[in-house]
Amino acid sequence: MSEGHSTYTPKTGIERWFDARMPLPRMVYDSFIAYPVPRNLNYMWTFGGILAIMLVSQILTGIVLAMHYTSDSALAFNSVEKIMRDVNSGWLLRYMHANGASFFFIAVYLHIFRGLYYGSYKAPRELLWILGCIIYLLMMATGFMGYVLPWGQMSFWGATVITGFFSAIPLVGDWIQQLLLGGFAVDNPTLNRFFALHYLLPFMIAGVVVLHVWALHVVGQSNPTGIEVKSKTDTVAFTPYATIKDAFGMIVFLFIFAYFIFFLPNYLGHADNYIVANPLKTPAHIVPEWYFLPFYAILRAITFNIGPINSKLGGVLCMFGAIVMLFLVPWLDTSKVRSAVYRPWYKLFFWLFVADAILLGWLGSQPAEGSYVFMAQMATLFYFAFFLIVLPVLGLIETPRRLPNSITEAVLEKNKGGSGHPAGATAAPETKG
Amino acid sequence: MKKILTSLALIGLVAAGTAAFAAEEAHDAAAPTHFPIHEPKEMSWSFTGPFGTYDKAQLQRGLKVYKEVCSACHSMNLVAFRTLSDLGYSDAQVKTFAAEYTIHDGPNDAGDMFDRPGKPSDHFPAPFANEEAAAASNGGAAPPDMSLLAKARGVERGFPQFVFDIFTQYDAGGPDYIHSLLTGYDEKPPAGMVIPEGTHYNPYFMSGVSLKMPKPLSDGQVTYDDGSPQTVDQYARDVSTFLAWAAEPHMEARKKTGFRVLVFLLLFGALVYLTKRKVWEAVAH
Repeated sequence: MSEGHSTYTPKTGIERWFDARMPLPRMVYDSFIAYPVPRNLNYMWTFGGILAIMLVSQILTGIVLAMHYTSDSALAFNSVEKIMRDVNSGWLLRYMHANGASFFFIAVYLHIFRGLYYGSYKAPRELLWILGCIIYLLMMATGFMGYVLPWGQMSFWGATVITGFFSAIPLVGDWIQQLLLGGFAVDNPTLNRFFALHYLLPFMIAGVVVLHVWALHVVGQSNPTGIEVKSKTDTVAFTPYATIKDAFGMIVFLFIFAYFIFFLPNYLGHADNYIVANPLKTPAHIVPEWYFLPFYAILRAITFNIGPINSKLGGVLCMFGAIVMLFLVPWLDTSKVRSAVYRPWYKLFFWLFVADAILLGWLGSQPAEGSYVFMAQMATLFYFAFFLIVLPVLGLIETPRRLPNSITEAVLEKNKGGSGHPAGATAAPETKG
Repeated sequence: MKKILTSLALIGLVAAGTAAFAAEEAHDAAAPTHFPIHEPKEMSWSFTGPFGTYDKAQLQRGLKVYKEVCSACHSMNLVAFRTLSDLGYSDAQVKTFAAEYTIHDGPNDAGDMFDRPGKPSDHFPAPFANEEAAAASNGGAAPPDMSLLAKARGVERGFPQFVFDIFTQYDAGGPDYIHSLLTGYDEKPPAGMVIPEGTHYNPYFMSGVSLKMPKPLSDGQVTYDDGSPQTVDQYARDVSTFLAWAAEPHMEARKKTGFRVLVFLLLFGALVYLTKRKVWEAVAH
């Protein structure tokens, strides 16, 4: 919808000069000022902007940290401590970067869940969704490699466990694992290539983000009603409306981020990573970073062989399968209605899925023994059932609630509802600003 | 919003239920399966909370305990003498303190290694030449370096405690653990428990029933000249505080900066919110 005519009129000589040669000011104007956004977007739509500033923050702090870091297995741990103790504001840079990774993932998870709730992945936004999934995959690779760099105990053993997955792949598994490690075990070559890739991947993320935003600007934003924009009254201009709202969302997010950086900087980390890596001493419980825990729980839930697939390969397949599910969502969901606001059953299953993901995360942090294994298996079952059964079947059998004719109608209906209209009060929160 | 809250409550309920379910385990006092046997005692520390600061007198006492007791076996490789000015010492005092140590340096112009008195830029010298020597002199287990010990130890808090910790800003897991361990040697093992030869029972130890380190502190062992009680408990508190500083020397600057950042974001956020309200005033949304 933004691909219509441009409303930009260069006012000054320099703007006209640029516009005739490389219309960058026009692009900025059309994308960030005049760009029409649905008027009913709620605060869940601010996470795109939040993710953008998190990416910039991670790249900036990361570049400065890389100036002080040494990617040699004998020196890496102490070089990080040098940053913490002797580099001016080094502690701030490192805590921003380490907690920034966590908050990047918090934001991306909320962004993904928002997409799932409001059906943002449906046509014509499939490609937009898939580009997002690719960004998420790249983020996971970047986060994993970044966690190895301080060369603490969890860095080393986490890397050992996670690269070990690849050896489960038949025929080529050992070869892939050795290529990743640069040897037969996690060692100096591993650290060096992980550092190089950890520096490279964020720029690849930035590249895919450009595609993601491009695709977004072609199809336009979805909105809490899931109804496409039909007329000019359905939208407002990006600036000042979305800009100021995004700004407020960002400040609230940064407030929580700052609370962790300055007051709980090690809360989201693991104490063992303050012990230098020791290949001869395995920690009692090896746990990955919190944002991988649901997938880690799925990996460990497969404790049985299925025909020719042994439990290790089965676990790896399920873990990767859990991510593949996200890519397939646009085609698994058969519903004609986008938003969960008008899908009572989908809404219920969506929240069960959220609870299931959190439960899997908690199980991933617990030892894989006793009742935890059974719980993880049930939670894994529900995880896949949500994508493979609930999404396709529900779309066929569910009777959605009546949809408003347009965004404007939905907004006016809600604002008219007021206090004497309790039904409106329960139906409307999704559209609230 | 109400829906989100109800959903969160539901999630909490599910998680709490499973936690309670998982907590059902057989308990055999003589053969425990989970460590530590006792959770660390939560002490009140001057350095916790949003306005926490290190008590300089306590840091100086802790340094004394480290120097006279711990440093016989434990290195502190990452801490430089110059940083001891954080403890309230003058430059001259730091210089004198450093000079009491002998540093192996070199090679000099003639190509020889030599010993010289310490300088403020030196780090605490390690008590053993290498980790193997440290292990050989200590029954096979090398005493861990103490520079980061207060951040490298922490007993898992469990659900729901780890949620409350966000709001109480609990970040003293390491110091609590060290204090409990140092004061936990006097407890007697339950009848029937097998304590491996050459180890010492301590119910606060994280990774087993006993550890190689014998009880390091006893009452009156270190002389304090500021009138503080010369008890194991006081020594343990002081050295835990000192180790908290050694692990996180910029904690005070961090919290001070953090408070300013939060106040700024709060004020800026309020202004942006009011601006947002004004901008959207005429638009139903």
